Amino acid sequence: MKLQYKGEKPFQPVTPSQYPQPKLLEQKPTELLTLTPWLAPIVSEGTFDPELLHRIYQPLNLTVGVTVFAVGKYTQFVQHFLESAEQFFMQGFRVHYYVFTNDPTAIPRVRLGSGRLASIIPIQGHSRWEEISTRRMETISQHIAERAHREIDYLFCLDVDMVFRNPWGPETLGDLVAAIHPGYFAVPRQQFPYERRPLSTAFVAGGEGDFYYGGAVFGGRVARVYDFTRGCHMGILADKANGIMAAWQEESHLNRRFISHKPSKVLSPEYLWDDRKPQPPSLKLIRFSTLDKDTDWLRS
Amino acid sequence: MDPREFWGKSSKFWLCLILLFAVLLGFYSNVFSLISTWQREESQSQDTHSVVLQRMQPEKKESSERDCHLDTCRIPEVPRLVYPKAQLLKPTRVDVLVMTPWFAPIIWDGTFDSAILDAQFRNITVGLTVFAIKKYVVFLKLFLETAEKHFMVGHKVNYYVFTDQPANVPQIPLQEGRQVVVLEVRNYKRWQDISMHRMEMISNFSQQRFLREVHYLVCLDVDMKFSDHVGVEILAPLFGTLHPGFYRGDRQSFTYERRPLSQAYIPRDEGDFYYAGGFFGGSVPEVYRLTMACHQVMMADQANGIEAVWHDESHLNRYLLYHKPSKVLSPEYLWDEHMLQRPPLLRKLRYVAVPKNHAEIRNR
Repeated sequence: MKLQYKGEKPFQPVTPSQYPQPKLLEQKPTELLTLTPWLAPIVSEGTFDPELLHRIYQPLNLTVGVTVFAVGKYTQFVQHFLESAEQFFMQGFRVHYYVFTNDPTAIPRVRLGSGRLASIIPIQGHSRWEEISTRRMETISQHIAERAHREIDYLFCLDVDMVFRNPWGPETLGDLVAAIHPGYFAVPRQQFPYERRPLSTAFVAGGEGDFYYGGAVFGGRVARVYDFTRGCHMGILADKANGIMAAWQEESHLNRRFISHKPSKVLSPEYLWDDRKPQPPSLKLIRFSTLDKDTDWLRS
Repeated sequence: MDPREFWGKSSKFWLCLILLFAVLLGFYSNVFSLISTWQREESQSQDTHSVVLQRMQPEKKESSERDCHLDTCRIPEVPRLVYPKAQLLKPTRVDVLVMTPWFAPIIWDGTFDSAILDAQFRNITVGLTVFAIKKYVVFLKLFLETAEKHFMVGHKVNYYVFTDQPANVPQIPLQEGRQVVVLEVRNYKRWQDISMHRMEMISNFSQQRFLREVHYLVCLDVDMKFSDHVGVEILAPLFGTLHPGFYRGDRQSFTYERRPLSQAYIPRDEGDFYYAGGFFGGSVPEVYRLTMACHQVMMADQANGIEAVWHDESHLNRYLLYHKPSKVLSPEYLWDEHMLQRPPLLRKLRYVAVPKNHAEIRNR
């Protein structure tokens, strides 16, 4: 008998399998917080069982999309990004990379595994790097509406000047996913580099804020990413009309929006690390991190 | 974003081709209503959202919906709130596990902030099912009175009281936005049958009316009372509660059904937790599926001349092993002070057993 509940697929039964029983009464303290106050999981090594998650997610036949922007000199990062993604990103899933660039000829052909595709999408370049950065939200939301919503279930929007160093799997999938910025996970909210001018739509007051999230990693179900990027884009447009640009461009808008639309899953700094920082013992496994680079030259 | 802007960007040739294609497949109408639906004011009705989802994602992609908050299927928006900031390097509880290996939060005091959660779950209606059959009607007064003090305070609640004696349902003063709905049902001679047929009755009414009336269902035992806050922190597509007698134990010691002949059979090397039959719930569709599935397998067992060792609770445990809950409630949410000594890790007792004389109250 079918119930007309509309739109929800039942929980797929998990096949019986051997795995250790969860230990309810932990003897040793966990080092990182594993749940936000609104009960979103904070993902780090040791909080999940990769095998179990694979068993849950594999039968769903999901396709995961990735957007990266390689404009101007940033095209040089594409090869290393894609090669490392081929090794570590969503192994065993269907993946579709969307590479946005102003110079398709500069994008190298990288060998991809089975079930994995790359599409090169031409976009306009800009002389100012801030302009390139703030147009990403608009471009992503348009791309979802025009095309990606038909091709993928989940989408991650990543910076291209980064590399995967360890597995990034279905533990990262969720409705709306944010990643904690590696520079601010141990400081009080007053020290977060939020936009502090009330004129900006990205304004965050002193007593507000949960975590400072990084603009280099966010994602979720494709419909939720559409809502999110569109909301950010609207804020960016309003700021433009008022002649103001937020302190950290779209990252400021992203952070503003994540306060009022709290992510359903948060990735620990394992998923967005800065190799220039010494790795603290509480972070067990760095999975995605920046490449050391000359930022001034790149943005010239 | 004006939909016409999108089409204007394409070249004339592609535009004509795509329009032709779209007309043939109905694609154009899908994308158009998709975009305009997203632009439309967010409506609270399930119908609008389900239509958006249906149009957005073809059949095979709907399986990814399992993560969504059913009531809106969108990320809930919260107003500016003041609350203490969480600290990544300071876990709130170090004495207990607060998240299962499949990312279901395990709800303990200290892990959640009600200010944020109440804002995320505003405008939802919660249905509570409770069965007061034969002598069990005597538990209703205290159950409902304490529910008024502690259960989903500030939210809309429908108490669905299943009973064979509608006249004996007490009149309790209720807060605004809360009502008692009396559902008359048959009784059974054996208390085990009364317990087990709850699954059938909940599944029937889920389809007939709960789906239209509430967003979430919470299915409770009646011989209990609320003694502390039970709020929206429990709500999820599917949740179960840790049985107070087994939260410390090894899976081999869980009183699962161990005879392979029964549909509730669980082998000794399997099992996450032992869930209590007296407190489970979720979104209406998920509770419907669970109760329907349990009812069907109980009928199968009956046809095979076997009854699971702990009746509906055995079948619930099998279901939750293979359909992992999205939240798990700690034993704070179901305790028996007379049977168990309260350990320090239980900072609150929220829903507790009311003493009863088993021999007297059952089968009469």
